[in-house]
Amino acid sequence: MTLHAITVLGHDRPGIIAETTGRLAGLGLNLEDSSMTLLRGHFAMTLVCAGSATDAEIEAALAPLADDGSLTVTVREVPTEDAAAGGGTPWVLTVHGGDRTGIVSSIVEEIARVGGNITDLTTRLAGDLYLLVAEIDLPAGVDPAAVDAAIQQVASGLGVGATLREAEADDL
Amino acid sequence: MSEEQHPVAAWTEADLGVEGRVLDVVRAPAPVLSTPGERVDPTDLATMQLAADLVATMRVSPGCVGLAAPQVGVGVLLFCVDVSAHPKTRTHHGTFVLCNAEVVESSRNEKAREGCMSVPDLTGDVKRPTRLVVRGQLPGTGEEVTVTTDAFEARALLHEIDHCAGLLFVDRAAGAHAIYARKTYL
Repeated sequence: MTLHAITVLGHDRPGIIAETTGRLAGLGLNLEDSSMTLLRGHFAMTLVCAGSATDAEIEAALAPLADDGSLTVTVREVPTEDAAAGGGTPWVLTVHGGDRTGIVSSIVEEIARVGGNITDLTTRLAGDLYLLVAEIDLPAGVDPAAVDAAIQQVASGLGVGATLREAEADDL
Repeated sequence: MSEEQHPVAAWTEADLGVEGRVLDVVRAPAPVLSTPGERVDPTDLATMQLAADLVATMRVSPGCVGLAAPQVGVGVLLFCVDVSAHPKTRTHHGTFVLCNAEVVESSRNEKAREGCMSVPDLTGDVKRPTRLVVRGQLPGTGEEVTVTTDAFEARALLHEIDHCAGLLFVDRAAGAHAIYARKTYL
Protein backbone atom coordinates (compact mmCIF):
# COMPACT_ATOMS: atom_id res chain seq x y z
CA MET A 1 0.00 0.00 0.00
CA THR A 2 1.51 3.33 -1.04
CA LEU A 3 0.45 6.96 -0.74
CA HIS A 4 0.26 9.19 -3.80
CA ALA A 5 -0.06 12.96 -4.02
CA ILE A 6 -2.01 14.06 -7.08
CA THR A 7 -2.59 17.58 -8.34
CA VAL A 8 -5.09 18.63 -10.97
CA LEU A 9 -4.80 22.24 -12.17
CA GLY A 10 -6.27 24.22 -15.01
CA HIS A 11 -9.39 25.51 -16.71
CA ASP A 12 -12.52 24.92 -14.63
CA ARG A 13 -15.50 23.04 -15.99
CA PRO A 14 -18.24 20.85 -14.47
CA GLY A 15 -17.32 17.20 -13.88
CA ILE A 16 -13.58 17.38 -13.22
CA ILE A 17 -13.87 16.00 -9.68
CA ALA A 18 -16.30 13.28 -10.70
CA GLU A 19 -14.03 12.17 -13.52
CA THR A 20 -10.85 12.30 -11.43
CA THR A 21 -12.24 10.46 -8.43
CA GLY A 22 -14.03 7.95 -10.63
CA ARG A 23 -10.81 7.03 -12.36
CA LEU A 24 -9.00 6.75 -9.01
CA ALA A 25 -11.77 4.57 -7.61
CA GLY A 26 -11.41 2.40 -10.68
CA LEU A 27 -7.84 1.71 -9.61
CA GLY A 28 -9.00 0.80 -6.10
CA LEU A 29 -7.43 3.92 -4.60
CA ASN A 30 -8.83 5.40 -1.40
CA LEU A 31 -8.96 9.20 -1.09
CA GLU A 32 -7.41 9.96 2.29
CA ASP A 33 -7.37 13.76 2.08
CA SER A 34 -8.29 16.26 -0.56
CA SER A 35 -8.66 19.97 -1.06
CA MET A 36 -10.14 21.77 -4.03
CA THR A 37 -10.83 25.39 -4.72
CA LEU A 38 -10.94 27.88 -7.54
CA LEU A 39 -7.94 30.22 -7.69
CA ARG A 40 -8.78 33.24 -9.82
CA GLY A 41 -11.27 30.94 -11.55
CA HIS A 42 -8.72 28.21 -12.21
CA PHE A 43 -9.49 24.71 -10.93
CA ALA A 44 -6.97 23.60 -8.29
CA MET A 45 -7.23 20.25 -6.54
CA THR A 46 -4.75 18.30 -4.46
CA LEU A 47 -5.43 14.73 -3.39
CA VAL A 48 -3.60 12.22 -1.26
CA CYS A 49 -4.78 8.69 -1.94
CA ALA A 50 -3.70 5.23 -0.87
CA GLY A 51 -3.67 1.99 -2.79
CA SER A 52 -1.57 -0.56 -4.54
CA ALA A 53 -1.45 1.18 -7.94
CA THR A 54 1.84 2.68 -9.09
CA ASP A 55 2.46 6.29 -10.10
CA ALA A 56 2.62 5.18 -13.72
CA GLU A 57 -0.72 3.39 -13.52
CA ILE A 58 -2.35 6.43 -11.93
CA GLU A 59 -0.83 8.77 -14.52
CA ALA A 60 -2.15 6.53 -17.29
CA ALA A 61 -5.62 6.41 -15.76
CA LEU A 62 -5.78 10.20 -15.37
CA ALA A 63 -4.21 11.01 -18.74
CA PRO A 64 -7.58 11.52 -20.50
CA LEU A 65 -8.23 14.46 -18.17
CA ALA A 66 -5.34 16.31 -19.75
CA ASP A 67 -6.01 15.26 -23.34
CA ASP A 68 -7.47 18.59 -24.45
CA GLY A 69 -4.68 20.58 -22.82
CA SER A 70 -6.94 22.42 -20.40
CA LEU A 71 -5.77 20.53 -17.31
CA THR A 72 -2.39 19.53 -15.92
CA VAL A 73 -2.18 16.39 -13.78
CA THR A 74 0.80 15.36 -11.67
CA VAL A 75 1.22 12.17 -9.63
CA ARG A 76 3.94 11.51 -7.10
CA GLU A 77 4.41 8.82 -4.48
CA VAL A 78 4.85 10.33 -1.04
CA PRO A 79 5.89 8.87 2.32
CA THR A 80 3.47 8.54 5.19
CA GLU A 81 3.94 11.58 7.41
CA ASP A 82 3.90 11.20 11.17
CA ALA A 83 1.41 13.35 13.00
CA ALA A 84 2.87 16.64 14.20
CA ALA A 85 4.10 16.69 17.76
CA GLY A 86 1.56 18.03 20.25
CA GLY A 87 1.94 20.78 22.79
CA GLY A 88 1.33 23.70 20.46
CA THR A 89 -1.73 25.92 20.38
CA PRO A 90 -4.01 26.63 17.41
CA TRP A 91 -4.49 30.22 16.19
CA VAL A 92 -6.25 31.97 13.35
CA LEU A 93 -4.53 34.87 11.61
CA THR A 94 -6.52 37.31 9.50
CA VAL A 95 -4.86 40.05 7.46
CA HIS A 96 -6.62 42.48 5.16
CA GLY A 97 -5.85 45.72 3.48
CA GLY A 98 -4.94 47.44 0.26
CA ASP A 99 -3.26 45.16 -2.23
CA ARG A 100 0.50 45.38 -2.60
CA THR A 101 3.30 42.88 -3.08
CA GLY A 102 4.86 41.22 -0.06
CA ILE A 103 1.94 41.14 2.34
CA VAL A 104 1.93 37.34 2.75
CA SER A 105 5.69 36.91 2.86
CA SER A 106 6.23 39.70 5.36
CA ILE A 107 3.50 38.58 7.72
CA VAL A 108 4.17 34.83 7.65
CA GLU A 109 7.87 35.47 8.21
CA GLU A 110 6.91 36.48 11.75
CA ILE A 111 5.19 33.11 12.21
CA ALA A 112 8.18 31.20 10.83
CA ARG A 113 10.55 33.21 13.03
CA VAL A 114 9.09 31.61 16.18
CA GLY A 115 8.77 28.13 14.67
CA GLY A 116 5.05 28.46 14.05
CA ASN A 117 3.55 26.15 11.46
CA ILE A 118 0.86 27.24 9.01
CA THR A 119 -1.56 24.35 8.55
CA ASP A 120 -4.12 26.02 6.32
CA LEU A 121 -3.97 29.24 4.34
CA THR A 122 -6.25 31.11 1.98
CA THR A 123 -5.59 34.39 0.26
CA ARG A 124 -8.06 36.30 -1.87
CA LEU A 125 -7.82 39.43 -3.94
CA ALA A 126 -11.16 41.18 -4.37
CA GLY A 127 -10.82 44.48 -6.16
CA ASP A 128 -8.20 46.40 -4.24
CA LEU A 129 -8.79 44.41 -1.05
CA TYR A 130 -6.25 41.73 -0.22
CA LEU A 131 -7.26 39.13 2.37
CA LEU A 132 -5.28 36.39 4.10
CA VAL A 133 -6.72 33.85 6.54
CA ALA A 134 -4.41 31.24 8.03
CA GLU A 135 -4.61 28.46 10.61
CA ILE A 136 -1.43 28.40 12.66
CA ASP A 137 0.14 26.14 15.27
CA LEU A 138 2.32 28.09 17.67
CA PRO A 139 4.82 25.91 19.54
CA ALA A 140 4.64 25.50 23.29
CA GLY A 141 6.65 28.20 25.03
CA VAL A 142 6.03 30.87 22.41
CA ASP A 143 4.40 34.03 23.75
CA PRO A 144 1.39 34.70 21.49
CA ALA A 145 1.26 38.31 22.64
CA ALA A 146 4.83 38.83 21.40
CA VAL A 147 4.00 37.17 18.08
CA ASP A 148 0.92 39.35 17.79
CA ALA A 149 2.97 42.46 18.53
CA ALA A 150 5.49 41.52 15.85
CA ILE A 151 2.71 40.91 13.35
CA GLN A 152 1.06 44.21 14.23
CA GLN A 153 4.34 46.03 13.67
CA VAL A 154 4.84 44.46 10.25
CA ALA A 155 1.17 44.99 9.36
CA SER A 156 1.42 48.63 10.34
CA GLY A 157 4.41 49.05 8.07
CA LEU A 158 2.46 47.48 5.22
CA GLY A 159 -0.62 49.57 5.93
CA VAL A 160 -2.81 46.52 6.50
CA GLY A 161 -4.85 45.27 9.46
CA ALA A 162 -4.02 41.98 11.21
CA THR A 163 -5.81 39.92 13.85
CA LEU A 164 -4.39 36.91 15.68
CA ARG A 165 -6.93 35.00 17.75
CA GLU A 166 -6.96 31.64 19.48
CA ALA A 167 -8.85 28.93 17.62
CA GLU A 168 -9.66 26.75 20.61
CA ALA A 169 -12.76 24.69 19.93
CA ASP A 170 -15.57 24.41 22.47
CA ASP A 171 -16.32 20.79 23.31
CA LEU A 172 -20.03 20.09 23.42
CA MET B 1 -40.06 33.79 37.08
CA SER B 2 -36.46 33.88 38.26
CA GLU B 3 -33.87 31.45 37.01
CA GLU B 4 -33.76 29.69 40.41
CA GLN B 5 -37.51 29.06 40.30
CA HIS B 6 -37.53 27.70 36.76
CA PRO B 7 -38.45 23.99 36.85
CA VAL B 8 -35.43 23.13 34.69
CA ALA B 9 -33.02 25.03 36.93
CA ALA B 10 -34.59 23.44 40.00
CA TRP B 11 -34.26 19.91 38.60
CA THR B 12 -31.44 17.66 39.77
CA GLU B 13 -30.62 14.08 38.93
CA ALA B 14 -31.50 13.21 42.53
CA ASP B 15 -35.12 13.59 41.36
CA LEU B 16 -34.61 10.42 39.31
CA GLY B 17 -34.05 8.26 42.37
CA VAL B 18 -31.49 6.06 40.62
CA GLU B 19 -27.70 6.01 40.63
CA GLY B 20 -26.04 7.05 37.37
CA ARG B 21 -23.47 4.77 35.78
CA VAL B 22 -20.55 5.90 33.62
CA LEU B 23 -21.03 4.56 30.09
CA ASP B 24 -18.69 4.28 27.11
CA VAL B 25 -19.00 7.11 24.58
CA VAL B 26 -19.62 5.96 21.01
CA ARG B 27 -17.52 7.45 18.21
CA ALA B 28 -18.38 8.16 14.58
CA PRO B 29 -18.90 6.37 12.24
CA ALA B 30 -21.13 4.32 14.57
CA PRO B 31 -24.54 4.12 12.81
CA VAL B 32 -26.42 5.15 15.97
CA LEU B 33 -24.89 8.63 15.62
CA SER B 34 -26.41 9.03 12.16
CA THR B 35 -29.87 7.68 12.98
CA PRO B 36 -32.78 9.84 14.21
CA GLY B 37 -33.68 8.88 17.77
CA GLU B 38 -37.04 7.51 18.96
CA ARG B 39 -39.29 9.37 21.37
CA VAL B 40 -39.09 8.21 24.98
CA ASP B 41 -41.53 7.94 27.89
CA PRO B 42 -40.00 10.30 30.48
CA THR B 43 -41.60 8.35 33.35
CA ASP B 44 -40.28 4.96 32.23
CA LEU B 45 -37.69 3.54 34.60
CA ALA B 46 -35.29 2.82 31.72
CA THR B 47 -35.49 6.47 30.65
CA MET B 48 -34.77 7.63 34.20
CA GLN B 49 -31.79 5.29 34.45
CA LEU B 50 -30.43 6.47 31.10
CA ALA B 51 -30.88 10.10 32.17
CA ALA B 52 -28.87 9.44 35.32
CA ASP B 53 -26.24 7.58 33.28
CA LEU B 54 -25.87 10.50 30.86
CA VAL B 55 -25.31 12.95 33.70
CA ALA B 56 -22.81 10.62 35.39
CA THR B 57 -20.89 10.14 32.13
CA MET B 58 -20.91 13.87 31.38
CA ARG B 59 -19.54 14.61 34.85
CA VAL B 60 -16.51 12.35 34.49
CA SER B 61 -15.67 13.49 30.94
CA PRO B 62 -13.19 16.39 30.88
CA GLY B 63 -14.63 19.54 29.32
CA CYS B 64 -17.95 17.84 28.53
CA VAL B 65 -20.92 20.21 28.75
CA GLY B 66 -23.52 17.95 27.20
CA LEU B 67 -24.17 14.36 26.22
CA ALA B 68 -26.94 12.83 24.13
CA ALA B 69 -28.28 9.28 24.32
CA PRO B 70 -27.00 8.32 20.84
CA GLN B 71 -23.49 9.12 22.11
CA VAL B 72 -23.78 6.22 24.54
CA GLY B 73 -25.27 4.00 21.87
CA VAL B 74 -28.99 4.49 22.59
CA GLY B 75 -31.01 5.99 19.73
CA VAL B 76 -33.58 8.00 21.66
CA LEU B 77 -34.49 11.67 22.16
CA LEU B 78 -32.75 12.26 25.47
CA PHE B 79 -29.80 14.44 26.43
CA CYS B 80 -28.22 16.24 29.35
CA VAL B 81 -26.40 19.56 29.48
CA ASP B 82 -24.53 21.61 32.04
CA VAL B 83 -22.76 24.72 30.79
CA SER B 84 -22.73 26.47 34.16
CA ALA B 85 -18.92 26.47 34.43
CA HIS B 86 -18.13 27.47 30.85
CA PRO B 87 -16.64 30.93 30.30
CA LYS B 88 -18.81 31.64 27.23
CA THR B 89 -22.02 30.99 29.15
CA ARG B 90 -24.45 33.83 29.79
CA THR B 91 -27.86 32.43 30.70
CA HIS B 92 -27.82 28.89 32.11
CA HIS B 93 -30.11 26.47 33.92
CA GLY B 94 -27.55 24.27 35.68
CA THR B 95 -27.57 20.53 35.09
CA PHE B 96 -30.68 19.21 33.41
CA VAL B 97 -31.96 16.46 31.16
CA LEU B 98 -34.59 16.86 28.46
CA CYS B 99 -36.70 14.19 26.80
CA ASN B 100 -38.24 14.60 23.35
CA ALA B 101 -36.89 18.14 23.03
CA GLU B 102 -37.73 20.33 20.06
CA VAL B 103 -36.82 23.83 18.98
CA VAL B 104 -39.69 26.30 19.33
CA GLU B 105 -37.92 29.50 18.28
CA SER B 106 -34.40 30.41 17.25
CA SER B 107 -32.65 33.49 15.92
CA ARG B 108 -29.36 35.38 15.64
CA ASN B 109 -26.92 32.95 14.04
CA GLU B 110 -23.30 33.09 15.07
CA LYS B 111 -20.38 30.94 13.96
CA ALA B 112 -18.14 29.17 16.48
CA ARG B 113 -15.75 26.24 16.47
CA GLU B 114 -17.10 23.05 18.02
CA GLY B 115 -15.62 19.78 19.13
CA CYS B 116 -17.41 16.62 20.16
CA MET B 117 -16.49 13.50 22.15
CA SER B 118 -17.99 11.38 19.37
CA VAL B 119 -15.77 13.01 16.71
CA PRO B 120 -12.58 13.33 18.76
CA ASP B 121 -10.10 14.04 15.98
CA LEU B 122 -11.90 16.89 14.21
CA THR B 123 -13.27 20.30 15.05
CA GLY B 124 -15.44 22.50 12.89
CA ASP B 125 -16.96 25.93 12.47
CA VAL B 126 -20.73 25.78 12.87
CA LYS B 127 -23.32 28.54 12.58
CA ARG B 128 -26.04 28.24 15.21
CA PRO B 129 -28.70 30.52 16.67
CA THR B 130 -27.71 32.32 19.85
CA ARG B 131 -31.27 33.05 20.95
CA LEU B 132 -33.27 29.90 21.55
CA VAL B 133 -36.51 28.54 22.94
CA VAL B 134 -36.67 24.76 23.40
CA ARG B 135 -39.56 22.64 24.63
CA GLY B 136 -39.12 19.20 26.20
CA GLN B 137 -40.03 16.98 29.11
CA LEU B 138 -38.20 16.37 32.37
CA PRO B 139 -37.31 12.74 33.03
CA GLY B 140 -39.02 11.35 36.11
CA THR B 141 -42.12 13.52 36.26
CA GLY B 142 -42.60 13.98 32.52
CA GLU B 143 -43.38 17.64 33.18
CA GLU B 144 -43.35 19.66 29.96
CA VAL B 145 -40.94 22.58 30.21
CA THR B 146 -39.88 25.45 28.00
CA VAL B 147 -36.28 26.65 28.18
CA THR B 148 -35.46 30.14 26.95
CA THR B 149 -31.74 30.70 26.72
CA ASP B 150 -28.90 32.23 24.75
CA ALA B 151 -25.20 32.12 23.88
CA PHE B 152 -23.33 28.98 24.89
CA GLU B 153 -26.27 27.16 26.47
CA ALA B 154 -28.20 27.68 23.23
CA ARG B 155 -25.31 26.21 21.24
CA ALA B 156 -25.01 23.25 23.60
CA LEU B 157 -28.75 22.52 23.44
CA LEU B 158 -28.75 22.68 19.65
CA HIS B 159 -25.68 20.44 19.45
CA GLU B 160 -27.41 17.82 21.64
CA ILE B 161 -30.76 18.14 19.84
CA ASP B 162 -28.84 17.52 16.62
CA HIS B 163 -27.33 14.34 18.12
CA CYS B 164 -30.84 13.14 18.93
CA ALA B 165 -31.81 13.80 15.30
CA GLY B 166 -28.85 11.79 14.01
CA LEU B 167 -26.77 14.83 13.09
CA LEU B 168 -23.16 15.61 14.01
CA PHE B 169 -21.52 19.04 13.97
CA VAL B 170 -19.81 18.03 10.73
CA ASP B 171 -23.30 17.95 9.16
CA ARG B 172 -23.56 21.67 10.02
CA ALA B 173 -20.10 22.77 8.86
CA ALA B 174 -20.08 26.44 7.91
CA GLY B 175 -18.27 25.76 4.64
CA ALA B 176 -16.09 23.45 2.60
CA HIS B 177 -12.99 24.46 4.55
CA ALA B 178 -14.66 24.65 7.97
CA ILE B 179 -13.49 21.26 9.30
CA TYR B 180 -10.07 20.99 10.94
CA ALA B 181 -7.82 18.34 12.45
CA ARG B 182 -7.96 18.66 16.23
CA LYS B 183 -4.70 19.96 17.64
CA THR B 184 -5.33 19.92 21.36
CA TYR B 185 -7.15 17.34 23.45
CA LEU B 186 -8.62 17.82 26.90
